[in-house]
Amino acid sequence: MTISLLYALVGVVLLGIGLYSLVTYSHLVKKILALNVAGSGVFLFLVATANQTSGPVPDPVPHAMVLTGIVVAISATALALALACRIHQVTGTAQLTKNEPE
Amino acid sequence: MSLNEILQPVTLPAWIVSLPLLAAVFSFVLPKIRVWVGIFTAIITPLMVVFLGREIFVHGAIQMQVGGWQAPLGIHLYADGLSAAMLGITAVVIGFISFYARSYLSGDAASRYFWSLWMFLWASLNALFLSGDIFNLYVTLELLGLSAVALVALSPTAEALSAAMRYLLVSLTGSLSYLMGVALLYAANGTLSIKLLATAAPASPSIATAFALMAAGLIMKSALFPMHFWLPPAHANAPAPVSAVLSALVVKASFYILMRLWLVIFEPFINPSTSQLMGVLGAGAIIWGSVQALLAERLKLLVAYSTVAQIGYLFLVFPLSSISQSNHTAWQGGLYFVFSHACAKSAVFLAAGTVIYSFGHDRIKELHGIVRRMPVSMFAFALAGVSLIGLPPSGGFIAKWLYLNAALTGGQWWWCVLIIIGSLLATAYIFRFFSRAFSYSPEVVEERPVPWIMEWTALGLALCALILGFIAPAVTTLLDAGNPF
Repeated sequence: MTISLLYALVGVVLLGIGLYSLVTYSHLVKKILALNVAGSGVFLFLVATANQTSGPVPDPVPHAMVLTGIVVAISATALALALACRIHQVTGTAQLTKNEPE
Repeated sequence: MSLNEILQPVTLPAWIVSLPLLAAVFSFVLPKIRVWVGIFTAIITPLMVVFLGREIFVHGAIQMQVGGWQAPLGIHLYADGLSAAMLGITAVVIGFISFYARSYLSGDAASRYFWSLWMFLWASLNALFLSGDIFNLYVTLELLGLSAVALVALSPTAEALSAAMRYLLVSLTGSLSYLMGVALLYAANGTLSIKLLATAAPASPSIATAFALMAAGLIMKSALFPMHFWLPPAHANAPAPVSAVLSALVVKASFYILMRLWLVIFEPFINPSTSQLMGVLGAGAIIWGSVQALLAERLKLLVAYSTVAQIGYLFLVFPLSSISQSNHTAWQGGLYFVFSHACAKSAVFLAAGTVIYSFGHDRIKELHGIVRRMPVSMFAFALAGVSLIGLPPSGGFIAKWLYLNAALTGGQWWWCVLIIIGSLLATAYIFRFFSRAFSYSPEVVEERPVPWIMEWTALGLALCALILGFIAPAVTTLLDAGNPF
């Protein structure tokens, strides 16, 4: 097993763990953390694909994608945390209310 | 670069993205003039879209490497007839709603942040429709999701915040699934460009996995049944201009991506059972959404469930286009659904927003005889309803006509039955509201006077849905420009 294949597999496992926790935990901060773990899994997978070139220099495109992805993930996390704080202020709990559309 | 080069038609795509983006920044840092920045952009951007459309109509597709940087590291903008039509419908809908929002939000605390988020939303929609590679589509999809969620959260109630949070979680999960698909496609083919992927991709398990991941993510974001659970609370609790744009455009953006990828990259690999499955989910959406709309007690919730149902029609395009004789008609029908639903549904949401603005609630049982208090809004609601049901002469009718044609020429009659049942259900839920609105009521309800512009913008959008029924040949010719199919 090559090292990049190991990275790719770990990335897929992290994605799975993240998605599983996203569904099973009800606390909002845990859900946000779970999404971040899942995101890191995808980024790790992308980093692993950079090793496909034949020469010693890795492919720069996946790196560019991961950098952009990290920026997006930070913005999304910031918005999610801000929303979680507002929900805590307004309802007193950091959980989603049941989905009852009146 | 000289001024002359910057103002060439080739640079139009870049301007169409950057103008709303600049407006977003300006309306945030200069809050005193935020409304005027928004209104100014809502007038200029549609004009630029018209110029771009004309350019594509005459000369075919336009390509642009932003800043002269070549792909894959540079950003590649690509505009064909399909992009131009999507940009056009976006410009029409956001243009009208901007005028509505100016009156609806005046004096509201939400107005402080509304305009910059609104412009961010517009910029990300425009960038999405102009993206020529699958990774930029991911970035624009995320920008769109973030600005849409923030707009929902402008409503200060606990339900709206909860709905916004649920929407955000679904949206991020959907994007991650899509991004994983992008990673797989890149690993298999070494390119991100949609055009190059079309020729490069050989059939393989990793292509199939990439398709499954991307389709799953985009279906979540388009709120196709059974992944629609987040849509009704988010669309029903957001401020009215936001509900209108979410239903009219934001859910269509992820559908647009799925459609592009399906058409250009995946069509040769997809087996008939996959496309029939999409149709079955669409059928579920039509039935479930319509029944819930019939049962809804609040007007905005009724309209939101109607969106769930109408999204089902969009996904019927996949089984209908799977047979080669009906392929082209089906795609045109699907896009006609996108356009006519965008106009009709935004008109309906604006009219519902006017009801809330005036009466302070939207409980259908208590809305007796409101047709006499806001005749223009109710007329707009009725005209848009004609298009949602699919009666002639309206855009919705053309869409259903094209679908029925495609179903009959492709020998898939069972979709005809579904379309007829869906139309009957739509008639039922729209007339259920009208039987209240047109009933006579002697009691006087406290009401807040409605600015005329709020009533007339809704009517303007409803008229657009109607006009789409008369200009079908022009629209279908524009769609074919640059050969997106």
